[in-house]
Amino acid sequence: MSIITYAEAIRQAMCEEMRRDEDVVFLGEDIGTYCGAFGVSKGMLDEFGDQRVIETPISETAYVGAGVGAALTGMRPIVELMFSDFMAVCYDQIINQAAKMHFMFGGKVNVPMVIRTAAGGGTGAAAQHSQSLEQMYCHVPGLKVVAPSTPFDAKGLLKTSIRDNNCVVFLEQKKLYRTKGEVPEEDYTIPLGAADIKREGGDLSFITYGRCVQMCLEAAEKLAEKGIDAEVLDLRTLSPLDKEAIVRTAKKTGHVVVVHEAVRFGGFGGEIVSTIADSEAFYYLDAPVKRVGALFCPIPFNPTLESAVLPNTDRIAAAAYEVLKEEIK
Amino acid sequence: MNDQQTTVEYDRGFLKELMVKMMTVRKFEEKLQWLFAQGLIYGTMHPGIGEEATGVGTTAALRKEDYMLATHRGHGQVLGKGVDINLMMAEILARDTGTNRGKGGSMHIADVDNGILGANGIVAANTPLVCGAALTIKLKKIPDRVAVAFFGDGGSNEGAVHESMNLASAWNLPVIFVLVNNTYGMSTPLRRVVKDTDLSKRAIPFDMKAYDIDGNDVLEVYHTVSEARKYVVEGNGPVLIVEHTYRTSGHSKSDGNLYRTKEEIAEWKAKNPVIRFTDYLISNGIFDQSDIDEMDREAADAIEKAVEYAKASPMPLPDGIEDSVYAE
Repeated sequence: MSIITYAEAIRQAMCEEMRRDEDVVFLGEDIGTYCGAFGVSKGMLDEFGDQRVIETPISETAYVGAGVGAALTGMRPIVELMFSDFMAVCYDQIINQAAKMHFMFGGKVNVPMVIRTAAGGGTGAAAQHSQSLEQMYCHVPGLKVVAPSTPFDAKGLLKTSIRDNNCVVFLEQKKLYRTKGEVPEEDYTIPLGAADIKREGGDLSFITYGRCVQMCLEAAEKLAEKGIDAEVLDLRTLSPLDKEAIVRTAKKTGHVVVVHEAVRFGGFGGEIVSTIADSEAFYYLDAPVKRVGALFCPIPFNPTLESAVLPNTDRIAAAAYEVLKEEIK
Repeated sequence: MNDQQTTVEYDRGFLKELMVKMMTVRKFEEKLQWLFAQGLIYGTMHPGIGEEATGVGTTAALRKEDYMLATHRGHGQVLGKGVDINLMMAEILARDTGTNRGKGGSMHIADVDNGILGANGIVAANTPLVCGAALTIKLKKIPDRVAVAFFGDGGSNEGAVHESMNLASAWNLPVIFVLVNNTYGMSTPLRRVVKDTDLSKRAIPFDMKAYDIDGNDVLEVYHTVSEARKYVVEGNGPVLIVEHTYRTSGHSKSDGNLYRTKEEIAEWKAKNPVIRFTDYLISNGIFDQSDIDEMDREAADAIEKAVEYAKASPMPLPDGIEDSVYAE
């Protein structure tokens, strides 16, 4: 084991896969000398050269589409979109092209491609560089969607994503790039569609993913001080979704708080709640399910306003008390 | 007809092949219109009657292994590139034996074995994709191969085209951009949506070689694309070929032809590429009328057999359809 950052874990996953398979190439804006906007690709240009670490013009439609075309013809591109908000610039290539081709062409082609992108707020980057848009990808059949919360998960899931024969949208959490965690020295992968219990507990379930996993763990510690034992289920992959794990934890605790950084209204949390509502877990619920997410508002610049819009540990804990209020009267 | 092309330059067998292919494309689309009128085709389709020389002439200059991305009006493009006519007819009749197993229809014919990376329903969205196919050729150092994308005068105003031309040029990719100018983007004449109708100038800012040709002259198209292909394969970067033609059929089944006159359509029908090539072959003494009639029968037979094949094929079943969304 070694302790590395989330950003290093992502870099290691890319480098190891590029050493293992020469069809893996890396495309994106300023990923070479600059090392990417978040420094993720440090050293990669030197190791792999400019025929495999390919810097692109600021033309998201052209280079994401080129990634799709390269994937169709035998490459396994990793394409970096500097900010996940930029998906709006190249939506057609992701939604109408990459996602559809395998099915629409009768299974004749595959699109083995990873779109890595930095998502989320809390950095003062304002409304066009802070969004969490995962639900927009999850709604599209043909895409897979991954949102890792730890260096260990990020590395294992990215390696699996690169080896997958479909288009995987890999949502890196900006605020997590510098967080550290243990990662094994040896090669490992984590299957897509497998949630992970980050904290065991019997009183209440936080069902979450991405940056909010850490917030839920902190909220769980606060609850523990009051004698409440919370479970934290990290979905890790949103599509495919580990529905069994959701149902299992809901049945186990009977109290559920769904948490994500994305806008609550119309967010992926609705799918999580529905998964519970139309399963037998519904009968095990002792209280209505609560959702915590961002307010229905573009992410504002001012730090006070920004933190008021996004979820935080206190709001998550407050939702937990609300769900448990009959129990702790 | 291009007067520079003399009969001695082309093999008779090749000229016959071009003629039969153009006739086949024409009859294929006329048959689709008939089938549609009979209620036998579901959905819609976009015939390109009058544009046969662009698809057939362009693809005749390509190799089977060359990558090609067609447009929504791409029947002639994919038939020219070599798709099995039976499987294509089966696809349009929504059969399980179709090229796309009944999941794509007229607008999305794909046939990877013949280099056809699919026809696209989003105009000009194949121009970024073609850059990727060309990137594979470049990175894998595949010799003697190009990647070709067709798009139209309508599609030429999509931002994707401009981004892709820049990318292909900046990366020196082996791309042939084929702009089929059929005069109307659906109902909108080119002159109404661009200031300068000379679309070959679109290559200038990207320092790209451009050709501007008569797209109704199948030999000129073939000759130009052959020359362009050679230039691209030699590592000179991408090219743009503007092929001028005219769609005498409607845009799709919903077209009432309200945006143009009967006289204009009639004028173009008279100089359509099938008639022109027939006249050329006869007036130059390469073939006589009975040869042409024989070719016509050959094309007609192929269409009839394709329809029989398609009609005899089963429809796909919905069982397990969600399992076919993702690759293994």
